[in-house]
Amino acid sequence: MRHSFDDISAQLHKRHRRSSRLKWISMGALGLAGLFLALFFADMLNRGLPAFQQAYVQVEIDYNEDARQMGRAALEPDIAPLVSRSFERLIPGMIRDNSDLLGTTETRWVLTNSEADQYLKGHRNSLSDDEQAAIDERVDNGQVALKFNTTFFTSGDSKMAERAGILSAAVGTVMTLLVTLAIAFPIGVMTAVYLEEFAPDNRLTQIIEININNLAAIPSILFGLLGLAIFINFFGVPRSSPLVGGMTLALMTLPVIIIATRTALRSVPDSIRHAAFGVGCSRWQVVRDHVLPLAMPGIMTGSIIGLAQAMGETAPLIIVGMVAFIPDAGGSFTEAATVLPAQIFTWAGEPEQAFVEKTAGGILVLLAILIFLNATAVVLRKKFERRW
Amino acid sequence: MNIQAASQHTPQPTPNVGQPVSRNNHANHELSIRVRDLNLWYGETQALKSLNIDIFQRNITALIGPSGCGKSTFLRCLNRMNDLIPSVRIKGLVEMDGRDVNAAKMDEVALRRRVGMVFQKPNPFPKSIYDNVVYAPRMHDLVSRKPEQDELVEKALRDAGLWEEVKDKLDQPGTSLSGGQQQRLCIARAIAVQPDVILMDEPTSALDPISTATIEDLMDRLKEKFTIITVTHNMQQAARVADYTAFFHLGEIIEYNDTKTMFANPATKKAEDYITGRYG
Repeated sequence: MRHSFDDISAQLHKRHRRSSRLKWISMGALGLAGLFLALFFADMLNRGLPAFQQAYVQVEIDYNEDARQMGRAALEPDIAPLVSRSFERLIPGMIRDNSDLLGTTETRWVLTNSEADQYLKGHRNSLSDDEQAAIDERVDNGQVALKFNTTFFTSGDSKMAERAGILSAAVGTVMTLLVTLAIAFPIGVMTAVYLEEFAPDNRLTQIIEININNLAAIPSILFGLLGLAIFINFFGVPRSSPLVGGMTLALMTLPVIIIATRTALRSVPDSIRHAAFGVGCSRWQVVRDHVLPLAMPGIMTGSIIGLAQAMGETAPLIIVGMVAFIPDAGGSFTEAATVLPAQIFTWAGEPEQAFVEKTAGGILVLLAILIFLNATAVVLRKKFERRW
Repeated sequence: MNIQAASQHTPQPTPNVGQPVSRNNHANHELSIRVRDLNLWYGETQALKSLNIDIFQRNITALIGPSGCGKSTFLRCLNRMNDLIPSVRIKGLVEMDGRDVNAAKMDEVALRRRVGMVFQKPNPFPKSIYDNVVYAPRMHDLVSRKPEQDELVEKALRDAGLWEEVKDKLDQPGTSLSGGQQQRLCIARAIAVQPDVILMDEPTSALDPISTATIEDLMDRLKEKFTIITVTHNMQQAARVADYTAFFHLGEIIEYNDTKTMFANPATKKAEDYITGRYG
């Protein structure tokens, strides 16, 4: 029996409807995921962006005799409770260093405390009516303003929210990741080279391979426990230090780098290996001169993604003590340090309202760095993409 | 001649019962590679069965036969490329210069320095044309100074008939050349280390007829300096370029003779059927 186009179309109708339904469902899923992402970013930006601004007030500083003992005495009484204590504390020292100051007055912009800052930004605060009136008056006179918060990027942690910054955490993150990279990259790449290019395919290497894949799926906090037990308790590496943090994260990053490297090595076609063997290369020369250079972009991409993962990791670092309170950035590799996600974790636990925006601000910085790292990985991959 | 005849250990074995019929003036009957009772297994499957063959210096020997008959496997025995396949097991003698190629003392790197290889698909290194040629000689410490290197690159590329086409773009990647040029680059790469033997595994099967003709001419010139062993599916090619031809079937060498006799007057029915296109 022959079928006309109309017969066939009638049968096809149902199939087409089903495929279009599936298409809409999958597009809906994607849309939902995009919506969540957009909401998350909008919320973070909404909460975090104010952290990049900080309230300053223009005050008259009167370097009088009382101010030698108590800096607050140099400030006008109505505004004094609203100026950051971090500045008040500096005044006696300034007089001591330069006695000519005594008896003079000076007008300058200084940090307000976090309560005044929150009031200006319209957030919850604990200012009294009088204090609010004092600020409102100066706002009208143009003596109070929100300025770009350089303190956030140039200082370490502080108990005074208006002084708290991410610098020490950022430096700690860089040092920790340097240790991670220095350990995980060479070991990971060489392990992958051995498994992929040298090792015989037997039961032992298969077991190793399965275990490496399993390692990549182990909850990160267990690596922290391992780091605590082995590195700190057994080898006596100083706790809270970038060294121990980096070593712990290296354990976590190793399987990622090994798997990425093996994939990259496997994508180098055998014809290149044959060509190299054919002209009399030893196995190591084949790897060093031909296979590794061709696999390098893939290895770099995988390593960057592994590092980005390690950078966002908090749990194992808390276990090895990297949640320390670090006001000054830039210690050595064996001194206590903190990292960005741990700093965010610390701030998230602070009761003051001002730390809410610090937390969100820290998250924004972390996200920006992660996006930058991942974008670098994508660009690398695109740039060196090769067709065989 | 058949396997039995080849296994006779005559001091100067010849492939034919009488004098081999030479197709050119460069006829040469010095032995290059002697193979005796060579067996090879892939796991449990025997791929080569008791092969006996004498390969002569500065001649082209063609290996023909239907797919899966073992000719490429045999070719890879000659420079131990089969070492790369873990499941391969080899028994028997492959002798070059009086030395057993498969002996534990034989360094496969040294072997491959004397037995070069050109593959089915052109596989230049993803480096510049210059580096493709100079890489192996530099690795083997044949050249060190820049002028020496330049000279060697030019000579190898001239010998491979590629110099005129690429002399102005030596720094461009080898992979940017056409298929036929890439294959000649691979030949230049192989001859740059001055091997004794060049193995060619279906060197023209991925090329168009014009490139194929160029490579065939090149092979004819190269045999003045090198012993060439080539695997080919193309019977006309074997007839055109080879001095000797070996016919493989199911892992055995059925017939080995000088090419003219082989094609004009095959001694075995199987070879005759294959050559006349009855199967294959």
